[in-house]
Amino acid sequence: MSELISLKITALRENLAKVFEFIQDNLNNCDIPKKAIRQIKLCVEEIYMNIANYAYNPKTGEARMHIQMQNNEQYINIIIQFEDNGIPYDPTTKPDPDTSKTNIDNIPIGGLGIYLVKNTMDNIKYERKNNTNILTIEKNVETERK
Amino acid sequence: MHFEKSSDGLSMTVKLSGEIDSINAPNLEEELLHKIDTVKNLTFDMKNLEYLSSAGLRVLLATQKLMKSKEGNMIIKNVNDEVMDIFKVTGFIRLFTIEH
Repeated sequence: MSELISLKITALRENLAKVFEFIQDNLNNCDIPKKAIRQIKLCVEEIYMNIANYAYNPKTGEARMHIQMQNNEQYINIIIQFEDNGIPYDPTTKPDPDTSKTNIDNIPIGGLGIYLVKNTMDNIKYERKNNTNILTIEKNVETERK
Repeated sequence: MHFEKSSDGLSMTVKLSGEIDSINAPNLEEELLHKIDTVKNLTFDMKNLEYLSSAGLRVLLATQKLMKSKEGNMIIKNVNDEVMDIFKVTGFIRLFTIEH
């Protein structure tokens, strides 16, 4: 198990670039295919923006992120955990948007983000502990090493 | 982002490049709304688009709805595998006209 790498940041929308930097710096040199990095980035954006937009609204507060990677023979297990001390919010219980409809007027504009996370990651888990929202996402990624 | 309008103003191609995320998606929406007023045939060329988050998807969906309301067409072309994956996962692949 790799060491835990953490980022503590003020949960502002404009800090998304710093969050991306943190993800890319830590995943780029680990034999992880670019495609997987982009998928992870996509999920991190959704979760971080939820915190930045809603957790402390209208005030602001802190967001914390932790990355842990475990290198196995064929794949790397990546666990990313998000913490905030805002209002209790469990995105995993949000109903999926119904995009099976063929009439575009019936498709809701919101709710897509967490749906993408659920469908892209191998695991997503929410906990509320000590006034903290803890959302953990996990993905097993095949390494590029031959 | 690059806009190319035909001489008669009825067709427009928008070349998207780089990354569309939560921070710049509102700018894209704003720019689009100002420029597609008279456009009947809108094409998004995604050849150089590397990243599209749900914020960008929302802009595409809103644009599709707008084009439909004025009986126009919207086509998306040159979609790379990763962006296509996002269209598949979200079911948007059925909603958009994607040209291969």
